[in-house]
Amino acid sequence: MAMVIHNTIHVLLALALPPLLLGVINRTKALFAGRVGPPLLQPYYDLIRLVQKGSVFSTTTTWVFRAGPVVGLVTAALAVLMIPLANSKAPISFTGDLILLVYLLGLGRFFTASAALDTGSPFEGMGAAREVTFACLAEPAFFLGLLVLVKLTGSLQLATMLGGTMASHWYSAGASLALVLLSWSIVLLVENCRIPFDDPNTHLELTMIHEVMVLDHSGPAFGMILYGAALKLFIFCALIVRLAVPLSTGWAIVDWSVFVVGMLAVAVGIGIVESTMARVRMTHIPWLLVTACVLSAVGILLLVR
Amino acid sequence: MSEQLVLLGIVIAATSGIPGLFLSRFSTTGQYVTTVLAVIGSGVGLSGVGVFWVTGDSQPIVRSWAIPGAEFDVAMDGLSALFLVPIFLVSLLGSIYGLGYWKQTEHPQNGRKLRLFYGLLSAGMALLVIARNSILFMVGWEIMALSAFFLVTTEDHDRQVREAGWIYLVSTKVATLSLFALFALLRTASGSYSLTPLNGDTLTHGMATAIFVFTVVGFGLKAGVMPFHVWLPSSHAIAPSHVSALMSGVIIKMGIYGIVRITSLVPHPPVEWGGILLGLGAVSGVLGVAFAIGQHDLKRLLAYHSIENIGIIVMGIGLALIGRSLGRAEWIILGLSGGLLHVWNHAFFKALLFLSAGSVIHAVRTREIDQLGGLAKRMPQTALCFVVGAVAICGLPPLNGFISEFLIYLGLFGTLKADGGPSFAGAALAAPVLALIGALALACFVKVFGAVFLGSARSEHARHAQESGLSMIGPMGVLVACCFGIGLAPTWFAPVLAKAVSAWAPELGDVGPRLTTLAPLDWISVMALVLVAALALTSLLLWVRLRGSVVETGPTWGCGYVAPTPRMQYTSSSFAEMLVGLFGWALRPRTRRPEIMVLFPQRTDFHSEIRDPVLDEAVLPTFRYAAEKFSWFRIFQQGNLQVYLLYIFVALIALLLWR
Repeated sequence: MAMVIHNTIHVLLALALPPLLLGVINRTKALFAGRVGPPLLQPYYDLIRLVQKGSVFSTTTTWVFRAGPVVGLVTAALAVLMIPLANSKAPISFTGDLILLVYLLGLGRFFTASAALDTGSPFEGMGAAREVTFACLAEPAFFLGLLVLVKLTGSLQLATMLGGTMASHWYSAGASLALVLLSWSIVLLVENCRIPFDDPNTHLELTMIHEVMVLDHSGPAFGMILYGAALKLFIFCALIVRLAVPLSTGWAIVDWSVFVVGMLAVAVGIGIVESTMARVRMTHIPWLLVTACVLSAVGILLLVR
Repeated sequence: MSEQLVLLGIVIAATSGIPGLFLSRFSTTGQYVTTVLAVIGSGVGLSGVGVFWVTGDSQPIVRSWAIPGAEFDVAMDGLSALFLVPIFLVSLLGSIYGLGYWKQTEHPQNGRKLRLFYGLLSAGMALLVIARNSILFMVGWEIMALSAFFLVTTEDHDRQVREAGWIYLVSTKVATLSLFALFALLRTASGSYSLTPLNGDTLTHGMATAIFVFTVVGFGLKAGVMPFHVWLPSSHAIAPSHVSALMSGVIIKMGIYGIVRITSLVPHPPVEWGGILLGLGAVSGVLGVAFAIGQHDLKRLLAYHSIENIGIIVMGIGLALIGRSLGRAEWIILGLSGGLLHVWNHAFFKALLFLSAGSVIHAVRTREIDQLGGLAKRMPQTALCFVVGAVAICGLPPLNGFISEFLIYLGLFGTLKADGGPSFAGAALAAPVLALIGALALACFVKVFGAVFLGSARSEHARHAQESGLSMIGPMGVLVACCFGIGLAPTWFAPVLAKAVSAWAPELGDVGPRLTTLAPLDWISVMALVLVAALALTSLLLWVRLRGSVVETGPTWGCGYVAPTPRMQYTSSSFAEMLVGLFGWALRPRTRRPEIMVLFPQRTDFHSEIRDPVLDEAVLPTFRYAAEKFSWFRIFQQGNLQVYLLYIFVALIALLLWR
């Protein structure tokens, strides 16, 4: 029974909360800029409006263009069911689930980037090239971080790797975990196309990564893309929260509240980073990603010595 | 029973091309007779494998042979059965594909030759994987190597083809030389030419090291492990596509078979062996895919991906060897079953990709990626087959590539578990390397799929391409089904893998139940099905929503520019530019950029090229230098057959006297 309740909360939270994170980020940025900013629930209104709209499809496109949003959304939605949120197993949890998680997101990337190339637009090609290139460095950084967690917990299951026992490891191997936290924060910003890597609000297509890939999408399909992106942000934020606050009090209500507060805090953090940092030059992004790899690699070296 | 069936299949396949030789070169009867025979041969061979799996018993066939030390000794075991499947299946599908791709009417000059050697090639490979005597093994090996040479040089009127053929011939002969040394050493160590496990107590360290070195060089050359890959890209690129499919899907796996078979004979391998293989695999994997990203030639690109996938397989074998040295059963099971499943998977998705590429080349008559584009509209079935192969080769769920990489990942991560036993910390670092390989492969295949099939056509030929016929699409469809089958129901194939692992490491006993407990394949299967179902459902929802709303069409948004042309699309070179830059230290791209000096520049061009550094900067200069220094040796090279026979005779007499 507790299991059913837990899973229900997981699904509801994972599907309902993601757009709010975007709202919080935008609100934080507005605050820093001295503006009132859009309502917190604006991303939800956007999604509802997009679903009701009509669509325009380019004559150059094929089924691949329509498959991009579908695959992107489905893979993100499945992945979100595999992330442990509060202190308990995710609805889908088995040995090696972390590998499936990364590769599901990879499948989404394959089709999102292919859909961009399907339009034949040079700008979208540019965005697709950047997206897949940066992922080549972000994925090893993420896996190096996973090595640290596997080494500490001896498990290949996200539920254990990010579970309640992690708290004790913060005492014994805090330095390694802190390095992984830093490295994964960089991965979070890259994978979700935030400043300093990408600016979702820039007006110049030439400099965008993710937003330029979806220039031609419209209507419900575009809504799917936005929602998929929000789910992806949720996944990475949840990983960060579980890594930083692996709390397990035994009271479900406390654990869930801590988790939600943690998620909102990460969103505020992203907002602060976006408000206070400038974008780095496109050619320097790989170096920052290599830094993320090195940070995690040092983390694992500290453990195996 | 199974051995007899496989032998019968081999005989039928080997002779399938002969009837065609007696028919006119313009007759189409020959190609049908040959294809029917090849299909029957492969079918009989596959049924032999099936009988072995069902009954599980093997009755070796041993006959004495006139050659000293040799015996006609064939037997089935889990490993042979596993490797026989891609041999027979891919050659079966390839010969059907050949009916449409290499029609006798279009190629009267070389159609009969191609079909003859195609059958011989699959027969040679099947013979070598069931041979239990090293001389019989070498017979099968040479039939394979030489038939492949004649297949690579099918279009020998072309200078490029002849050059690639020579490079192939030289490297396969070097491999053969290395194998002669290897089998001579094995004979010294075991006392016979039979491929039986060595006695660990009498095997000296030096002997074991020499055996390992010759195994890696000889079989590594055939498998195309970096830096022994020099022959691979050009010969895969210029061979007819169904030959490339067989070469990339199966021939290079014979090198893997050799490594697996020989390492199975050594009872206590030093731990360095596994470490070296793991390292070689990681280097091949990363550099193979990095070179692939820089290619402009569709088939050359796929050829470099073979090097990458061989790297992944070798990583799995390396992990298994480390496990054997350290007595870690779970590393052996996960590493070897992952590596061996990847042998199958790569055979299926790479054959699929080469056949799809062949379909494109057949329609457009060019291999230049940047001349293509927009083919998904003209050739929808080929595009669908290619995208399935692309997703599979990137190791993405729900297809087969993910399963084998998943097993290897589990094994690699498992080396980190602190449970008190002996450990090998470096192995775990291969997991992020595998992630890097996967992400790079994804980038590369998005590039190829996008540049070839998406957007709009970049040339007149591409604009008027025609979809291929059923004889070409049909075999591709079967391979698509194989990719989905293994991806959606991996548990069905676990017993086959378990049999192969047990054959490699008999000390483990029956590994079937342990494999299923170590790897949650049932979960993966469920998730793959859920993924497919969710994709179907969401597509349906989107379709319903689009039906109910206003849908307009228009040109692609050009960011304000109203007259875009196909030439403005992102080309494959532009797509790869950043990654080529990141790997510039290894790829060393040669580019010629236009220098813009005036305000209104004239029409100009940009050129970029990535050569193979091992071939162009190490192998060819060495050979040139050797050719210069050994010019005096040409006295013995009379080009006269009688003289060469005399040399052989003199050498034999000398050897006899020496004994």
